[in-house]
Amino acid sequence: MTELIDPTFYIKMYEQMLTIRSFEEKAIELFEHNLIRGNIHPCIGQEAVSVGVCLALRREDYMLNTHRGHGNCIAKGADLKRMMAELLGRSTGYCKGKGGSMHIADFEGGNLGANGIVGGGLPIAVGAGISIQNRGTDQVVACFFGDGAVNQGTFHESMNLAAIWKLPVIFICENNQYALSTPIQEAISIPKISDRALAYGIPGVTIDGNDVTEVYIQMRKAVERARSGKGPTLLDCVTYRFYGHFTGDPGRGITYRSKEEMEEWLRRCPIKRLREYLFREGLLSEEKEEEIQSHVKKSIEEAVRFAQESPFPNPEEATQDLFY
Amino acid sequence: MPEVTFVESLRMTLKEEMQRDASLMLMGEDIGRYGGIFGVTKGLLEEFGPHRVRSTPISESAIIGSALGAAMTGIRTVAEIMYIDFTPCAMDQIVNQVAKMRYMSGGKVKVPLVIRTQQGGGRGNAAQHSQSLEALFFHIPGLKIVVPSTPYDARGLLKSAIRDDNPVIFIEHKLLYATKGPIPDGEYLIPFGQADIKREGKDVTILSFSYMVLKALKAAQYLAGEGIETEVIDLRTLVPLDLETILRSVRKTNRVVIVHEGCRRGGIGAEIACCIQEEAFDYLDAPIERIGALNVPIPYSEPLENAVIPKEEDIIRGVKKLLYQT
Amino acid sequence: MNLRELTNTEAMVEALKEEMTRDPSIFIIGEDLVAHGGIFGQFIGLPEAFPGRVIDTPISETCIVGAGLGAALTGMRPFVDLHFADFTTCAMDEIVNQVAKIRYMFGGQAKIPLVIWAPDGAGLSAAAHHSQSLEAWFIHTPGLKVVSPCFPYDVKGLIKTSIRSDDPIIFFMHKKIFSRKGPVPEEEYVIPLGKAEIKHPGTDVTIITYSIMVLHALEVAEEMEKEGIRVEVLDLRTLWPMDWERIAESVTKTHRVIIAHEACLTCGFGAEISARIQEELFDELDAPIFRVGAYRVPIPFSPPLERFVIPGKESLKKTIYNMFGKEIDSK
Repeated sequence: MTELIDPTFYIKMYEQMLTIRSFEEKAIELFEHNLIRGNIHPCIGQEAVSVGVCLALRREDYMLNTHRGHGNCIAKGADLKRMMAELLGRSTGYCKGKGGSMHIADFEGGNLGANGIVGGGLPIAVGAGISIQNRGTDQVVACFFGDGAVNQGTFHESMNLAAIWKLPVIFICENNQYALSTPIQEAISIPKISDRALAYGIPGVTIDGNDVTEVYIQMRKAVERARSGKGPTLLDCVTYRFYGHFTGDPGRGITYRSKEEMEEWLRRCPIKRLREYLFREGLLSEEKEEEIQSHVKKSIEEAVRFAQESPFPNPEEATQDLFY
Repeated sequence: MPEVTFVESLRMTLKEEMQRDASLMLMGEDIGRYGGIFGVTKGLLEEFGPHRVRSTPISESAIIGSALGAAMTGIRTVAEIMYIDFTPCAMDQIVNQVAKMRYMSGGKVKVPLVIRTQQGGGRGNAAQHSQSLEALFFHIPGLKIVVPSTPYDARGLLKSAIRDDNPVIFIEHKLLYATKGPIPDGEYLIPFGQADIKREGKDVTILSFSYMVLKALKAAQYLAGEGIETEVIDLRTLVPLDLETILRSVRKTNRVVIVHEGCRRGGIGAEIACCIQEEAFDYLDAPIERIGALNVPIPYSEPLENAVIPKEEDIIRGVKKLLYQT
Repeated sequence: MNLRELTNTEAMVEALKEEMTRDPSIFIIGEDLVAHGGIFGQFIGLPEAFPGRVIDTPISETCIVGAGLGAALTGMRPFVDLHFADFTTCAMDEIVNQVAKIRYMFGGQAKIPLVIWAPDGAGLSAAAHHSQSLEAWFIHTPGLKVVSPCFPYDVKGLIKTSIRSDDPIIFFMHKKIFSRKGPVPEEEYVIPLGKAEIKHPGTDVTIITYSIMVLHALEVAEEMEKEGIRVEVLDLRTLWPMDWERIAESVTKTHRVIIAHEACLTCGFGAEISARIQEELFDELDAPIFRVGAYRVPIPFSPPLERFVIPGKESLKKTIYNMFGKEIDSK
């Protein structure tokens, strides 16, 4: 892992994390101005997981995403313009307006789509793993899901199948500790989600999901294991979503989370943490930071402009992209 | 009569029934402290405690299956599935277990279980949070289906559902929750299988249920302005279906439009149209018109979603078509 | 054309063999395929002929379908065996919310060359959990194609077409027709989806049907001939897309329609066909459209109960008599 001694690698992580946060902050703003319909499930606070995981992947590797998936989508290399256009329901969006915030897919970039059904993507990841095994390539599948999914039947069925066939799937639990309003301690009766890996005979680790380097290192190990045909790994990345379940959550989830807890996690902000590290190690200067920030800001502005200048789909397109 | 919202009506009803029947239990995701994603169960955990208001992990199969087990063994249960789109995650439990248990046991087992859920589009929730799936359950023997459109009906029907010894799927619509309507003081029940004529008319019968009743009533009002008197019938329960009221109206108007938000192909409208033409073939002066969603998943973008889900204008057009006024 | 007699099972195996030889991306996945050759022996010989391409799984229906989907999205052509149509309920989220929606929801980015194959139907005293016919669900779900043939010729031709389809297919085969024989040419052929076929021509009444009910309808058509009622039997073969052209042609000729399926009558596929006919051919109809389907109960175990619940030859005859105002022959 020589990249870990390369300063530019850390700058890249930092820039990606900033991009995700800015993209979502902008999306929330647009939602509040009624420019985005339905709901947004922000991943703000979880950026280290998205970036740590996806930096260990190649473009041709696959990813299965969740409803809280903008960060993973960006980290996997999606075009911000087409993402924003999708959020605004425009015909230039990744899904031509048919999917929206919850269902962005980018098949060319290996992103097999975000799922609105909790646990819905895990079996699909297994299938992509079978495909890789049968075609004999060395791709891997990164399968994201939340802590809410670990009590669905699909979680258990998929872990088991991937394990018995040694499929190249990495199961990544974005453990933000709440399934909508239900705390993880009330939803499982064991200390750690990763303990469940034991039951399937595969490695399972619980890691600090707000430490991007740690996520990256663990993901690299899991990817290497998968690529060499040794099978799946379960990564339980403990993190926190600052904004609650969705844009409709009162007070960013204050009805089910204490103020103290929310403040404590704000202090553990993954971006702040990386930034402090970079300054401490002399890898980032204020000048460089400004440059990054302005670059990020510009790319988000461009994405919004592109989306807003794009046309809405014609109503007749509603019957396309499906045999009718 | 005081005006209450659909949500308040449901909450009030659950509370009263829980007070009346000490065995009644609620189960579902986020129904405890959070009070349910639409606020229906707010305050109930505090009043009735964690054994009677059980907030569960995300495990739809286990929610339905365990509610069934409880219902079979003496605990009347209302299980909540947050979106009807998630019922497929519990489909084996609903279709193979809940619906069949009483019959398979030769009538030995009672299943006093209500599955409360909500459906429908119109809010940009896209393909996996906007479906209307009543037709799937309609095809399955053993399930009663309730689809109220007003706070008044919701209350009377939910009481009947809870007191029924058979499994009931109680389907709400997400756009109805904030609507208001009058509710009398004191208890009342609405029996299943009784449609409600929400507006009388002589020219065309509009059959509908759930949120589409509101659109049908608006369309009826508009048509009245053009001298067309439509009769709007709110089916209220799909199983049992009040065919008698439907046929009485058809024999009067000789023309029928059926409106629902589920996909048109293979939807409830097909079944009802068949029943009407089987029973009242000679009374029909025009083909029965079915209005339902286009046969696609619900798209996210507003112009696309609007194109897919039936609108007032579609109902108006449908009525006029039957009167050869297009 | 060189015809041989094959059973429906043999026709299916032959189709799979030919397609798997032609296209290495095809594989079969499901429970009990390798050692057992499938629950009805329908895959016998294939595991040996294609080592590694017939994959046994644990009992995990959700994951089997989801895995099929994942493989289909990433360059393979999976053929998923679900054992019984009843088990689609265990994989319902994957079928309805994933398989059916992914192409549309993602704006057409994905192709889904996936066949989900399942035996359906009653008549074997398999009771409520192993006897259902659930095609109406999948016809109501946008994004799926549904196939349900009855004869070996049709089975072979439609299996081949289904495998080559880039849209997901739900392929039902009635479990009572597996060993039924029929002529199949040795030469290669395929049958396009969405094409019905008149299996018995007639002028007085059309029976629109599919799967095992075609066999009952054909027997009834023969018998009715003697009584002077000429019955046309239209075998849909593919349920969706539906061959509306053929249906309209036949209805315009006979002006009387019976729709028959073994599935529960209420909200079955018959309702959709009937509603469509009365919408578009209202003035062609000389009588109400009659539907024949199962009673609205789960399928019971005991043979006399099961026979009563599911429709067959007698219920078809009764319906025809009813339509033509004839007294039912008491014998």
